Amino acid sequence: MTAILAKRLAMGIVLVLLASALLFFAGELLPGDFATKLLGSSATPEAVEALRRARGVDAPALTRYLDWLAGLMRGDLGTSLTNGREIGPLIATRLKNTLMLAGAAALIAVPLAVGLGTLAAIFRDRLFDRAILVLSMVTVATPEFFFAYMAIAVFAVNLHWVPSISIVTAGMSFERMWPLLVLPVMTLVITSCAHMIRMTRASIVSVMDSDYVGTALLKGLPEWQVVVRHVLPNVMSPIAAVVVLNLADLVVGLIIVETIFAYPGMGQLMVDSVSKQDITVVQACGLIFAATYILLNMIADLLAIALNPRLRYAR
Amino acid sequence: MNGSAPLLEIKGLHVEAVLPNGGIATILDDISLTLGRGEVMGLIGESGAGKSTLGLTALGAVRGGAYVRSGEVKLDGVDLLKGGPALLRDIRGRRVAYVAQSAASAFNPAFRLIDQVIETSVQRRLMSRAQARQRAIELFARLELPSPETFGEKFPHQASGGQLQRAMTAMAMCARPDLIVFDEPTTALDVTTQIEVILAVRQAIREEGMAGLYISHDLALVAQMADAILVLRHGKMVESGSTAQVIEAPTADYTRRLIAARNLRHAPQPERPPLLELKGIAAGYGNVSIIEKLDLVVPQGRTLAVVGESGSGKSTLGKVICGLLPHRAGSLAFAGRRLEPDMHRRPLDDLRDIQMVHQNPDLALNPRQRVGEIIGAPLSRFQGLRGAARDVAVAALLEQVELKPEFAERRPGALSGGQKQRVCIARALAARPRLIVCDEVTSALDPLVADGVLKLLARLQAEQGVSYLFITHDFGAVEALADHVAVMRHGALVAAGPARQVLNPPYHPYTEALIRAVPELRLGWLDGVIAARATQTPDRRST
Repeated sequence: MTAILAKRLAMGIVLVLLASALLFFAGELLPGDFATKLLGSSATPEAVEALRRARGVDAPALTRYLDWLAGLMRGDLGTSLTNGREIGPLIATRLKNTLMLAGAAALIAVPLAVGLGTLAAIFRDRLFDRAILVLSMVTVATPEFFFAYMAIAVFAVNLHWVPSISIVTAGMSFERMWPLLVLPVMTLVITSCAHMIRMTRASIVSVMDSDYVGTALLKGLPEWQVVVRHVLPNVMSPIAAVVVLNLADLVVGLIIVETIFAYPGMGQLMVDSVSKQDITVVQACGLIFAATYILLNMIADLLAIALNPRLRYAR
Repeated sequence: MNGSAPLLEIKGLHVEAVLPNGGIATILDDISLTLGRGEVMGLIGESGAGKSTLGLTALGAVRGGAYVRSGEVKLDGVDLLKGGPALLRDIRGRRVAYVAQSAASAFNPAFRLIDQVIETSVQRRLMSRAQARQRAIELFARLELPSPETFGEKFPHQASGGQLQRAMTAMAMCARPDLIVFDEPTTALDVTTQIEVILAVRQAIREEGMAGLYISHDLALVAQMADAILVLRHGKMVESGSTAQVIEAPTADYTRRLIAARNLRHAPQPERPPLLELKGIAAGYGNVSIIEKLDLVVPQGRTLAVVGESGSGKSTLGKVICGLLPHRAGSLAFAGRRLEPDMHRRPLDDLRDIQMVHQNPDLALNPRQRVGEIIGAPLSRFQGLRGAARDVAVAALLEQVELKPEFAERRPGALSGGQKQRVCIARALAARPRLIVCDEVTSALDPLVADGVLKLLARLQAEQGVSYLFITHDFGAVEALADHVAVMRHGALVAAGPARQVLNPPYHPYTEALIRAVPELRLGWLDGVIAARATQTPDRRST
């Protein structure tokens, strides 16, 4: 068990390192230059060169990569190319906003999806199950931005229930903030639920069809006891894995949703920085997303092991 | 409760099922039986005869898609089919318990065995937790499970198949039911494990005074366990009566054929020169060594039977010969030429000369291909036949395996198990091989069907002079086919030689144990085994 844990952790670190290299050198390959963009087409070549030197981009790529890594080890994310400010504090408030949005979406999506999936399994092949199937297929097949704009069109533009853009600021009271969160959270929940619902249903159905559930029913246990004692312990592991993987997907879905609702989170920061060619900020954001994704995947693996008695207790 | 009513009385039971195409199939047709307290009845029949369905109705259960059209299932005079869910929950586990065929999948992998064994007693408040544990431990001891005090602390994956089957019996017995339904409880086990389980189960049933419905396709086994036997075929009762009556004076033709089955004998044949020689073969997977330093000879036009328990390495041996698993050491010589370890490096002639027939024909045939394509593929590959010439050759092969030429148009799904295995044999023959490796080719088949396949194999050998390496754990099949026998254990040879020598005294002790573990179709065989054990180790059951 400890060996598995150590192995997964080491693998996670290697993956994060690989992601950092990929992000850094992909950034190097991007055409265009932040200094030309920032100073405008009328800037003299000397001014552009001076700005480049001031930000240290004239050094060889490998040196800068190693410097960047060394900085990361100390918790220093580097400085923005565009305004020369520290990236750390810039990201801190954005990260808080993003975590709030993702957390709210996860808090609603996970119980909703697991609940609906369980109900679909219990009412297998009946109308409820079919309806859930159709709905989840529709949500899987439709992209986030389509839902977001539909939601804006209906709830903001036509009904005026909630605002169409969600610019939260520091120190905003909860009463003023929650209406801003409704549409982005709704979009995230709807688009991330479908897969979790399907997998929850499939896991429960396969356990319900297993021989040992048949054995339990033939012991004369009431159905609820069979579900609580025999089904649930055996579906926890696959469901937990799917839930965590979907949370990872949700983090990625944030980039689109934040941009659409102009929500001041990491995703929006990243998109803005791409358009400004502020590569260092893009790299820092990208690395945080990648690390989150890798961490959540690792948690999914570890949960699957922790919840499986075959792996917990050797022969 | 009616004191004079028999424990279980089934009358005119009719069970049907809705087929996927909307049609209706009769699963049980007018079945009636009576079972008194403490009696054991054996339900015998081939797969699809309806024996499991009948067994489950004793718990008021029917499998998905099936329903009871008419009839009664009375437990102590109360009709379970009219009782409703509350009555069924009340009788299940407490009065009628069930032991499933595959204990490995019938136990919940997430719970310790003890918690599952005492679940009925504790959840239904029949006993306190401590009482139930005590009872479970007594039962573990009675069923001769190792260290009964702590055995229950294991998770299912930590116990062997034979142990799980006994634990499942303990689980059924724990709440002291009046009746236990045993659904093929030993079919998935090796003979040597099977005999330990049936010995323990029979003693326990007797000591506990419980009644049983014992479902099996093995008549010899049921004859040891049951006071009465009911023979089922295609959902109908073929014959019923006391065990002695059914075994010694069967009235139905089908019963007579069942009794006569497994009595094929192979006449001794003159010796022939070797076709395949194995010298010092070693093989394994990863770090695990399965076979070590094995020497064997398969003579031309003769059969070498390789017998042993599961895990003895006999199937691995078959894979090594076919080149599916390259051996690590030693050499394979076939008709004087050396065989490459890896099949991908063998020339076409070597591939053609050695063919294989697998254990499970359901898995060995591509369900999307027609029989004609399945048999035709090797004809094209090895003989270059195409079009009409190939169709003619396919028809000839089907005829050789006693199937009609029309079968070429069918897909495997439309064939029975025995027919599928014949198609597999025809596919092997299509290459015109000199050796066919038969890996447990009859063990997935019902006894009468298996007999047919064995006869076919014997006939093909007599006509075409093909050699067989016949891997099996079934001594009936060995007697029917083998000229030579090799007994394997833990990847090594225990005994090898002409069949008459290996299978007759003086045996190697392991060979003897294997042979003695096979139930014989005569009354009192198991009692004889018990008596023999008692004299050998008088203190065996005292602990």
